Amino acid sequence: MAYSEKVIDHYENPRNVGSFDKGDESVGTGMVGAPACGDVMRLQIRVNEQGIIEDARFKTYGCGSAIASSSLVTEWVKGKTLDEAMTIKNSQIAEELELPPVKIHCSVLAEDAIKAAVQDYLQKHGGAAENHSVAAEAASH
Amino acid sequence: MNQVKSLSDWKMQSLESIQQQRPIYLDYQSTTPVDPLVLEQMLPYLTQEFGNPASRSHSYGWTAEEAVERARQQVADAIHADPKEIVWTSGATESTNLALKGAAHFYSGKGKHLITLRTEHKATLDTCRQLEREGFEVTYLDVQENGLVDLDAFVAALRPDTILASVLFVNNEIGVIQPMEEIGRILRERKILFHVDAVQALGKVPVDVEAIHADLMSLSGHKIYGPKGIGALYVRRKPRVRVEAQIHGGGHERGMRSGTLPTHQIVGMGAAAELAVQSMESDSRRIRQLRDRLWHGIQERVEEVYVNGDMEHRVPHNLNVSFAFVEGESLLMALKGIAVSSGSACTSASLEPSYVLRALGKSDELAHSSIRFGIGRYTTEEEIDTTIELIAAKVGKLRELSPLWEMHQEGIDLNSIQWAAH
Repeated sequence: MAYSEKVIDHYENPRNVGSFDKGDESVGTGMVGAPACGDVMRLQIRVNEQGIIEDARFKTYGCGSAIASSSLVTEWVKGKTLDEAMTIKNSQIAEELELPPVKIHCSVLAEDAIKAAVQDYLQKHGGAAENHSVAAEAASH
Repeated sequence: MNQVKSLSDWKMQSLESIQQQRPIYLDYQSTTPVDPLVLEQMLPYLTQEFGNPASRSHSYGWTAEEAVERARQQVADAIHADPKEIVWTSGATESTNLALKGAAHFYSGKGKHLITLRTEHKATLDTCRQLEREGFEVTYLDVQENGLVDLDAFVAALRPDTILASVLFVNNEIGVIQPMEEIGRILRERKILFHVDAVQALGKVPVDVEAIHADLMSLSGHKIYGPKGIGALYVRRKPRVRVEAQIHGGGHERGMRSGTLPTHQIVGMGAAAELAVQSMESDSRRIRQLRDRLWHGIQERVEEVYVNGDMEHRVPHNLNVSFAFVEGESLLMALKGIAVSSGSACTSASLEPSYVLRALGKSDELAHSSIRFGIGRYTTEEEIDTTIELIAAKVGKLRELSPLWEMHQEGIDLNSIQWAAH
């Protein structure tokens, strides 16, 4: 399979790899996927008092496209409000990375990871999730 | 491309490019390069001796026919058969189609049941699926955790209406060697036909159609340092085994497989088969040393690695390893300098992890994390050492990226987690 240059770049120089303390009040953690399916993404966001995502970290078990998709979204969510982050669509990720059809599920997983991380943060802060159309099944597709 | 001036130049160039200019080739179970000694014998039949072996009226045809018959003898000798029992095909997939469909159709009056293993090559499994659509019944036997068939389960699966069993001698993904003599004896006692897929066996282990009581045997040229596009089917004459032709035409190959014979390909397969048998011992000894070097090297440098398939009943040419917590395709991507294959779903069009590894009862995760190293005639010690270095570095890098590795390091049991299936 031929990878796009952007996938290769993110794969070889992944951005924002690592972890935040899951217990930290300002951190939201989203883990999606399953080892049996060949990909697991963990995306963490650090949110400041203004509700803006200040920083993000990821770790991904998966193919090159899955690693690139999660690396890309850590860049994209930074500086966004939670609501803005929730508007990131898998199609944008797929387009940016020029993912072939067989790899679209990687971008779907990355979108789900954002939703799961935001959901986790909101739950820590009084479960304000009703404002957001995030369902728990966001992680399943 | 430089102009190739002579055959010896070509040999130099081809070996150099295999060994230096391109990724290290460790995918010998996928295909092999044509041995220069084999190519040398093929070339005259593309130019000078281009006759049609079926032309009976002139010397062009006679020369080609002689070459074809010489090759038939070479292939027959390699498996201890009679040349009259060898039918040329386009490759082992066609051989297997002819064997299974041909025999099933011919003997359908005797019964409608076939047996095979879950870990067979797709050529067998897909042909069996087709036979099921035609009304035959097929039992796909599970194998044990080490990849070997359980003979008691095999016997138990036989029925009065079983007409044929098909077994892969040496598995293409995990290299395990099935107990062919025992299977052959069980089948012969019950007068059930035995088709053997010996594609990965020839040149790696002794292949003797008498010792294993094979009735039909599929062989391929390009897995034994011969050309692609040529294969053979052994069809036993005593006691006589019949197959119904699948390709009709001029009645070539005693009516079993019509079509003009590709003389140069056949000459190549004959030469390759002879060479495979001649060099089997020395090749295997050398390759075993390289395999041990590779496996010990990996084990020394990387933790949480597992061999798939029995380590004893296995050809040394294959080492199938799962690197836990690392996904196979991303590892392939990291190992750009090495040409290997993976059981990961991402490397298959179907997005399913290797059915062979799953049949061993491996978790899907370990199937996703598997790499097949195929060691061959031209593999060098330096290549193995480079591979070990690369593997150690890249697996380490990918584990740093892996949330599963982090959880494992923290002592979390991954099986205790409720994963959102997708």
